[in-house]
Amino acid sequence: MANAFDGGIVGRGEAVLSLRNVSKNFGAVQALTDIELDVYKGEVVALVGDNGAGKSTLVKILAGVHQPSSGTMTFDGVPVVLDGPSAALKLGIATVFQDLALCENLDVVANIYLGQELSPMALDEVSMEIRAWTLLRELSARIPSVREPIASLSGGQRQTVAIARSLLLDPKVILLDEPTAALGVAQTAEVLNLIERVRDRGLGVVMISHNMEDVRAVADRVVVLRLGKNNGVFTPDTSNQELVSAITGASDNSVSRRASRRAGTEHSAGEAHP
Amino acid sequence: MSTVSKPVASRAPLMDRADERLQDRSGIAGSVRGFIDRVRSGDLGSLPVVVGLVVIAAIFQSINPIFLSPNNLVNLLFDCSTIGVIALGIVCILMVGEIDLSVGSVSGFASALTGVLWVNHGWPVAGAILGALLVGALIGSIYAFLYNRFGMPSFVSTLAGLLAVLGLQLYILGSTGSINLPYDTALVNFGQILIMPGWVSSALVVVAGVVLLLTKMRNAARRRAAGLSARSTGAIVFQAAVITILLGLVVFYLNQARGVPWMFGLFVGLVLLMNYAFTRTRWGRILTAVGGNREAARRAGINVRMVYASAFVLCSTLAAAGGVLAAARLASSSQQAGTGDVNLNAIAAAVIGGTSLFGGRGSAYSALLGIIVIQAIASGLTLLDLSSSLRYMITGGVLAVAVIVDSLARRSRVSHGRA
Ligand SMILES: Nc1ncnc2c1ncn2[C@@H]1O[C@H](COP(=O)(O)OP(=O)(O)O)[C@@H](O)[C@H]1O
Ligand SMILES: [Mg+2]
Repeated sequence: MANAFDGGIVGRGEAVLSLRNVSKNFGAVQALTDIELDVYKGEVVALVGDNGAGKSTLVKILAGVHQPSSGTMTFDGVPVVLDGPSAALKLGIATVFQDLALCENLDVVANIYLGQELSPMALDEVSMEIRAWTLLRELSARIPSVREPIASLSGGQRQTVAIARSLLLDPKVILLDEPTAALGVAQTAEVLNLIERVRDRGLGVVMISHNMEDVRAVADRVVVLRLGKNNGVFTPDTSNQELVSAITGASDNSVSRRASRRAGTEHSAGEAHP
Repeated sequence: MSTVSKPVASRAPLMDRADERLQDRSGIAGSVRGFIDRVRSGDLGSLPVVVGLVVIAAIFQSINPIFLSPNNLVNLLFDCSTIGVIALGIVCILMVGEIDLSVGSVSGFASALTGVLWVNHGWPVAGAILGALLVGALIGSIYAFLYNRFGMPSFVSTLAGLLAVLGLQLYILGSTGSINLPYDTALVNFGQILIMPGWVSSALVVVAGVVLLLTKMRNAARRRAAGLSARSTGAIVFQAAVITILLGLVVFYLNQARGVPWMFGLFVGLVLLMNYAFTRTRWGRILTAVGGNREAARRAGINVRMVYASAFVLCSTLAAAGGVLAAARLASSSQQAGTGDVNLNAIAAAVIGGTSLFGGRGSAYSALLGIIVIQAIASGLTLLDLSSSLRYMITGGVLAVAVIVDSLARRSRVSHGRA
């Protein structure tokens, strides 16, 4: 496990974001222990792990929402301390949170521009609305009106708004915590396309997903967390069996048993969904 | 897909009207239909309070025809202004989902301080007023500190403040207990007799109408130029004309008696200023955001503590301003200033006017409409020669109805997905 941190793809140049020995405890709960993570420019890192493995906690630390109990973080090779979300945003780290973190009483435009409003003393609603439409169209969003409060949108529409918002500031790193969980097939494909597009633009992307198909489709590396600890780094062509046992921590688990039961009838690689 | 920079082809759907599910709402009929839809889904705005006002006026007028006489209405506007300014501060603090229960005490203390500094210590009146406002701001920043630093609920800190500040008021007034402000001074005249000449109030109405028309037209033109939908010129002219005519009728009617008090003009000016701040500035936007979802606002990089601090400080400062106006209105600074129903009337006005107790939803106009309702009830009951006991009960009942309307509207918004 110790060798795994730069296993897979090495030599992509400098890591834009790296964590060393990062731990986080909430009272008695040790949510993260000695986490190491590198994100390179122009790569997609998939962060996988079972529920409660600490994925969201890790993303929140990268986003400046939580402060680590110990450990160091460097951004573009410079040690940084994120004392709040605005510090992360200033560095160019944008985040789509699992709970989306949208204000339901504000409309779509206001949410996309929240905290970044144009011309603070006389809000430039026209420019903000146009940019909002442009961002949403990039995602092929199906949102009838950007002047309705977020509360009137469906889960998938909200998720699209949260993703659109993360693109607003031309970030260097994008963190996506289960960005496709509420999306339909077409929208999921759009988001995966988008992830590839921003990767090709040289951004670093961290994507959390439970969907191994999506992970295989876009990830350059797969980082596994288990019970708050690193549990290996894999290439996306690693077998399902291997990934699942890294995630669950056992070679004999319900997923592999189920897979082997089905293997008798038909061989398929895409069956396992933890 | 066309990008923004390309000019929009003449027949191409507008950028924000591309979705086929959208109905056209740009013309006069569309605006009306949109309004009906909003009300149905629980986005009531100021509709309940306007309806309530009409009902109240009809009842009192049928019992006592003096009620709607221009003279009585002018007095009503004088009385509105003091507590109205305090209610405006309450709107600010309710927007972030907090409360200030000490606005009555703060206004009383500011009133006492004005008298002490001006009359007893011989300060210039402007200095005394400024001192009172600064002390108000200081009290607000103490609440903000307690809230941000110790997480003390505003309900508790301001309840403590209510007592402590009342104590300060009694202390600085000393044994005399009350200070008479000299008549025939600018401050007292402002609170008691200064009235806009008829041509001034009429001109202000016309200016308001023209400004409304021009800003809406310019906005629509900018939107059209950018390829966004805009309200039709007809709808804008119609709206501006209706508003101007209604305001003109009100002013014309008031001018049959003395006219529009300058103090009420100041109050309306503050309401308009606050409305601009709420709806057109970043501060107003993030204030609303914090009231809607504090954690989301924090994660968007907003300095949430500063937002709370600004709301607390503004609320206490406006309470102090209301206290100064009350001193001017009564020509005295007394131990009674700011006590009794001042606190609850100010809070009730904001809520009756349509600002939600749950945070993130409100408007500056709710202070204006709400205080007019409350003063109308007070004035009507006074004309009926009813005791204050009955007045309290009825105002309490109206507040209960307003909170019920707020809760029901909120439930309806949730079920219509507009919470
Ligand atoms: N704010 C918090 N306070 C206390 N415990 C927390 C908090 N956030 C997360 N945890 C705990 O940390 C662990 C990891 O949670 P999380 O990062 O959300 O997991 P994942 O996103 O991988 O499902 C869980 O045991 C959870 O209960
Ligand atoms: Mg999670």
